[in-house]
Amino acid sequence: MASLPKPEELVKIDYNPPRRGWMDNPVEFRRGTWLYAAKPRHLEALGLPNPREWSPEEEDWKLPPEWREIVLEGFKERLERFRSLKLFMDICSRCGACADKCHFFIGTGDPRNMPVLRAELLRSIYRRYFTLSGRMTGKLVGARDLTEEVIKEWFYYFYQCTECRRCSLFCPFGIDTAEITMMGRELLGLLGIYPDWIIAPVANCYRVGNHVGIEPHAFRDMVDFCVDEIENVTGIRVEPTFNRKGAEILFIAPSGDVFADPGIYTFMGYLMLFHEIGLDYTLSTYASEGGNFGLFTSHEVMKRLNAKMYDEARRLGVKWILGGECGHMWRVIHQYMDTMNGPADSLEEPVSPLTGTKFENARSTKMVHICEFTADLIRHGKIQLDPSRNDVFKVTFHDSCNPARAMGFFEEPRYILRKVCNRFYEMPENTIREQTFCCGSGGGLNADENMEMRMRGGFPRANAVGYVREKYGVNLLACICAIDRAVLPALMDYWVPGVGVAGLHELVGNALVMKGEAERTTTLRGEPLKGSGDDENT
Amino acid sequence: MGVAFSLAVVGVLILAITLAVEVLGLRFLVGAVLPYVAVAVFLGGMVYRLLGWGRSPVPFRIPTTGGQQRSLPWIKPSSLDNPSSTAGVIGRMALEILLFRSLFRNTKAELHGGPHLAYHWEKWLWLGALVFHWSMLLVVIRHLRFFTDPVPSFVYWVEGIDGFLRVGLRALYLTDITLLLGVTYLLLRRFFIPQVRYISLPGDYVPLFLLLGIGLSGVLMRYFVGVDVAAVKELALGVLTFRPRIPEGIGVLFYIHWGLVCALLAYFPFSKLVHMGGIFLTPTRNLPNDSRARRHVNPWNYPVKVHTYEEYEEEFREKMKLAGIPVEKE
Repeated sequence: MASLPKPEELVKIDYNPPRRGWMDNPVEFRRGTWLYAAKPRHLEALGLPNPREWSPEEEDWKLPPEWREIVLEGFKERLERFRSLKLFMDICSRCGACADKCHFFIGTGDPRNMPVLRAELLRSIYRRYFTLSGRMTGKLVGARDLTEEVIKEWFYYFYQCTECRRCSLFCPFGIDTAEITMMGRELLGLLGIYPDWIIAPVANCYRVGNHVGIEPHAFRDMVDFCVDEIENVTGIRVEPTFNRKGAEILFIAPSGDVFADPGIYTFMGYLMLFHEIGLDYTLSTYASEGGNFGLFTSHEVMKRLNAKMYDEARRLGVKWILGGECGHMWRVIHQYMDTMNGPADSLEEPVSPLTGTKFENARSTKMVHICEFTADLIRHGKIQLDPSRNDVFKVTFHDSCNPARAMGFFEEPRYILRKVCNRFYEMPENTIREQTFCCGSGGGLNADENMEMRMRGGFPRANAVGYVREKYGVNLLACICAIDRAVLPALMDYWVPGVGVAGLHELVGNALVMKGEAERTTTLRGEPLKGSGDDENT
Repeated sequence: MGVAFSLAVVGVLILAITLAVEVLGLRFLVGAVLPYVAVAVFLGGMVYRLLGWGRSPVPFRIPTTGGQQRSLPWIKPSSLDNPSSTAGVIGRMALEILLFRSLFRNTKAELHGGPHLAYHWEKWLWLGALVFHWSMLLVVIRHLRFFTDPVPSFVYWVEGIDGFLRVGLRALYLTDITLLLGVTYLLLRRFFIPQVRYISLPGDYVPLFLLLGIGLSGVLMRYFVGVDVAAVKELALGVLTFRPRIPEGIGVLFYIHWGLVCALLAYFPFSKLVHMGGIFLTPTRNLPNDSRARRHVNPWNYPVKVHTYEEYEEEFREKMKLAGIPVEKE
């Protein structure tokens, strides 16, 4: 693994494009800026094409002999299947409004990280093989031949996009680079070109049920660990159930919340809340993953993984599904699940058993976001909260890309946040809500070997956190995304040391006043409620 | 290279028209044949484009949400930036098409020492684009006076407002100025903003040079050189009513203007200018964000291989039983 440059080195970014045109600049695979190749056994487990040992650093990528035909045939098929792709190939006017909206462009200055050029990587091939003018005049209209260099360039840059859709918000034609990147990745996939960091979780999720391959008994162990921890802090023993038929609600969280710090504190928050309100729910070991790295692989793989949610809900006979805090998981649930694997005939329109609220916005999908559920509980006074238990924190909130720009999920988490903590400060308006910046590691890019690129991509987000840290002394970055919880701690340590990262329901767990609880002296993390947290500014 | 080539293309066009009209005397070809070819290519090309886009389905509901969703009844949704109903979508599309809503969000990111990233006010692109497109529309409407008899009242109405400035006895149309300013601005930013220069293709310069040529020749005719307006109208009406004839006394400047418009029309369907039609179809804007409330159907949805619960239990049954997790088959 490459050594990571210091922040003061990394921030020397040259935004001036090189003299040579981008088509004449082959990609250089510099360590720290790309992902390792997928191991053949994962491709075999999923039945994906061309499993083999290979590395992006090597000259020979071991493509199948007829690779060009495969890509062009796949391209044609996708043009026929997705109006988005066909339209976005044709209508860009290259106005450049998207350029400095991309966190990877801001963090690298690499012109091919301007969303417009990321799309031109595909468009140049589209023009050459699917338009008359491109076939006839070639480079004059921005067309070029499909070579192995192009394939390598695609791999480098389509895995330097987190599918965050920030550029699509600013595009006057609504061109969505996430669509472009997804198509580019699908085409690469036809040749068996995947990063290991994405395809290993997919293979695990497919067979075992979750990204890291936690088998059912181990999954239970991990949840039981959280149960013990809750008892240590509150004196109350919560009793989650597993694969229980007849429960009213199936709860599915991103598995990162079950096994990784700081996600486990968020998971503890969920369990405490459900216990306190006496929710009739069950966890599933089969559908033990809310996240779906299929979104970063292909539409087909996304569907294959997502199918478990409705299948398990049907098998267990629950009425509806409640989903935990996760970003890309919610893009899949909100914009793809019902279309791919619905209709969810075995389920009922979700109704909160506590408040009677009908979640009409989820009446077809039958899956409710935990923040919608909790905000409704708080609004109806169904839980008692003591926000002073979070007084050790000065909190800011990071809107995760997918809930922000694929749902419009802004007020629900903020409403909860204001009820569970006393000190909440917003980052500058150009960096939050629909304009939020990606953590830099979404879209399946959160591998260690990609650390330099992650720190570059996360720079705009970190910079905004730095702003509220300087101004208000913020020491906690709250979020509703498991990838955020996994990657933001490293990003904060690198750019803004001293800022912790927490899921929203960790703060709910801290503030939740539970019936019969022992007096709380620590947060869920076991840190004293008062004293040490009143940071260096005082 | 792109700039020189594009300029040369337009230069050659102007030269060819001049040559055809002045030297070869092909007035009928330029004045009366070319427009039919151009309009046919334009209409045919645009229909081909729209049908082509329309033939590909929209498998998933993927709006980019620019505001609060409709969820709980006490949370105010952002009904235009994140519409959940058809009416909201119409509103969002109207804002997008008429006022360039998304471009209005534009900012400019700048890295300062510290490091501090700052996001600066940058509405010039929005303003320039808006000024150009609206000017273009109004100029086209004004030109209807040449193609209609009697001239509809809304054309006079537009002329009246547009020409409220007077130079001597003649109206000075504001849109003549703003159109040229708009095009010039769009061109200059391609020259001077390094990133925009880097991404610009000949296909970005050609339309701008064409528009500049059309605008300048029009302005020259109207304000400086002069043209027999009655004769021009006779020609235009003749073409429109399929009784084309070429009146005497029309100078070459008009043919250049007319010929460049034909070139633009014929080029339109094969250029990035198709964004005019495409914007209506863009799936990140023209769909309501209601995919959890109403099921969106994908016409090519196909069954996929999944790992079933039975297969899962088969592999892990003993471990599940030991951990006290219920199983289907004991």
